Amino acid sequence: MVNMAVRIGPMTLANPVMPASGTFGPELAQVFDLNRLGALVTKSVTPQYREGNPLPRLCETEAGVLNSIGIPGKGLDHFCAQAMADWRRFTPPLVVSLSADSVAAFAEAAARLAATPGVAAIEANISCPNLEEDGRAFAMHPESAAAAIAAMRAACALPIWAKLSPNTADIAAVARAVEEAGADAVVVANTILGLAIDIDRMAPKLGAGMGGFSGPAFKPIALRLVWQCAQAVRVPVIGVGGIANAEDAVEFLMAGASAVQVGTASFVSPNAMPAVLEGLEAFCERRGFARVSDLTGLALPGRLRPAAE
Amino acid sequence: MDLGPAGFPVVEAEARVLESAPVGRRYHRLILDAPALSAASRPGQFFHLLCRDGAGNGPYLRRPMSIWRCGPGRDLGFLLHVKGRGTAALAALRAGDRLSLLGPLGQGFRLGPGWRRILIVARGVGLATLAPLTEAAAAQGVAVQAVLSAQAPEDLMAEEFAGDSGAAITAVFDSDGSGAVPAVEALLRARFQDDPPDGVFTCGSNRLFLLLQRLAAEYGIPGQIALEQQMGCGLGMCFCCVRQIRAPDGTVQNLRVCAEGPVFDLQAALAW
Repeated sequence: MVNMAVRIGPMTLANPVMPASGTFGPELAQVFDLNRLGALVTKSVTPQYREGNPLPRLCETEAGVLNSIGIPGKGLDHFCAQAMADWRRFTPPLVVSLSADSVAAFAEAAARLAATPGVAAIEANISCPNLEEDGRAFAMHPESAAAAIAAMRAACALPIWAKLSPNTADIAAVARAVEEAGADAVVVANTILGLAIDIDRMAPKLGAGMGGFSGPAFKPIALRLVWQCAQAVRVPVIGVGGIANAEDAVEFLMAGASAVQVGTASFVSPNAMPAVLEGLEAFCERRGFARVSDLTGLALPGRLRPAAE
Repeated sequence: MDLGPAGFPVVEAEARVLESAPVGRRYHRLILDAPALSAASRPGQFFHLLCRDGAGNGPYLRRPMSIWRCGPGRDLGFLLHVKGRGTAALAALRAGDRLSLLGPLGQGFRLGPGWRRILIVARGVGLATLAPLTEAAAAQGVAVQAVLSAQAPEDLMAEEFAGDSGAAITAVFDSDGSGAVPAVEALLRARFQDDPPDGVFTCGSNRLFLLLQRLAAEYGIPGQIALEQQMGCGLGMCFCCVRQIRAPDGTVQNLRVCAEGPVFDLQAALAW
C-alpha cells in the first residue's frame, strides 16, 4: 500500500494528480469520478466578463496544441454566485485559477475568493498580460510577478500558488521572487508562446495570431523549468507541461515536483488523469517506494538515487 | 462490453471495426462493434474519434463525427467525408482494426409530442447527421419528407440517408439547377402551404439553412439545425468550438457546439 498523499504548503492533497487550468471543467465528471483527484483546478476566472478570442482558438501540431482561447468567462460575480455551486459537489480541494490585468485587480479578486466558501487555494495565473506594463505578462519579470503575488498575499489568507510562465529569461529568479512575496507553491509552467501559419490563407492559423503551446512536444522544456525552479526555491513545485502518462509524471516528480497537473492529454484521453494516478501508484509499488512523495527530487543534482534496482 | 462503470454517461472506449468501405467518390462508411454505446446514442449526438490508421498514424487531436447509425441492437456507424488527415486515417482503417472513441456526446434532435410529420433539408455529408433521425421518427410513427441536395446524382447517397425508414425523398442537384436556392424555395413553399410539417431539420449547408430559417419563421414552423465546428476536447472544457447563438431575449452569445449543441434551435443559430 503506497501512501499517495502529498503536502503543498499548508495543504495536504490525497494524491499528487490534478488537472491543469483551462483544460478541465465539471464536464469531465461525465467520464470518471473527479473525487479521485488530488485537487481540482478551475479555468482562469477574471474579475469581469470576457468574450474570448476570435476563432480559430486551437490548432494542433504533430505532438501538441497551440491555443489562444482568450479566457472567455462570465466574471467573478457569476463565478462566486453560480459556478461555485457546481464545484461544491466535489470533495477534492478546489483551486481557483485567477487572472487579472493589474496588481490591484489581483488583490481585490483574491480577497473576494477568500470570502467565498469552498475555495481551498488560489492559483495566480500571472502569465496573463499586465495592462500596467504595456501588456507584458506579470510572470515575465521577477518584479512584476512578485508585485502581483505580494498584493494577493496581503489581501487574503488562502494558499497562493503562483503559475509561472516559460516566456521569461530566468525562471529561477521569478520563482525566488514569488516565494519571497509569499507564494505557497509555484506551478511550473504555463504554455510557451508559439505560432502556426496557414500558407494558403497566408495568415496565422489562430484567430488571435500567437498562441500558447502545450502537449507532449513541450514536455522536455517544462521538465527543465521544474528542475531549475526546484533548485531555486524551498516551496513546493507543481509540475505541468506535456504530461500524458505515469512515466511522464514520475519524471516531473524526480525533477523536483511535489505534484503534477495534466492538461492537454485530457483532450486526447479524458481518462488520462486516473491513468496517471494508477500508474504512479503502481510504479511506487514496483520500485518499493512507501510514499509517492519519496520520488520528489530524486534526480536533482547531489541527491541520492533510489537504493536498489 | 463497451460501456464504462455505471453512472458515467460518456465513455472512452476502443471498438473493433466491423466494416470500412468507400461510398461514392468522396465518402466512407465505418461500422463498429459497440453495442452498448450504440444503444445509448441518440440521433444528432456525436462521438469524438481518435483518428489513427491501423499503423497508429494520424493527427494529434480527436475529430468529432456525428452518428450515422445507432440504436439498440444496431451496430454503431459513421459516414464521413474524406477531406483531411483525420478522415483519411479513419478511411484507412480495415475490418478488425481498433478505434478509440469517446461518447456519446452533445445534445441530439428532439421530436415534439404529437408530431405527425417532419421535413428534413440536408446537403452533402449533413445527411449522415440527419439519417438516424429518419429512423427514430419512423419508429415513432412520424412521417419523414426529405429534400436532399448534392452536387450531382452520383453524390446523393439517398440509400445511405433513408435506410429502411420509408422517408419520402426529393433530390435536388447543382448540376441541373434544381438545387439552386430559388428552386428549393419554391419546392419548400409548396410543401409548407399545402400541408405544413410539424417540425423542420437541417444540416450541411449555410445557404439552405438560411433559406429554411427564413421560411420556417414565415410559416411558424419550429426547427432544429445541427452545427459543425472544429473541436478540442469535445466535452465542453476548452471553449474552442463556440458559435454565435441568439438567446430568447435577442442577445447573441457564444455557445459550445460540443456541449450546448451540436443541435440548436433553427431560429437561434446565426449564419456561418
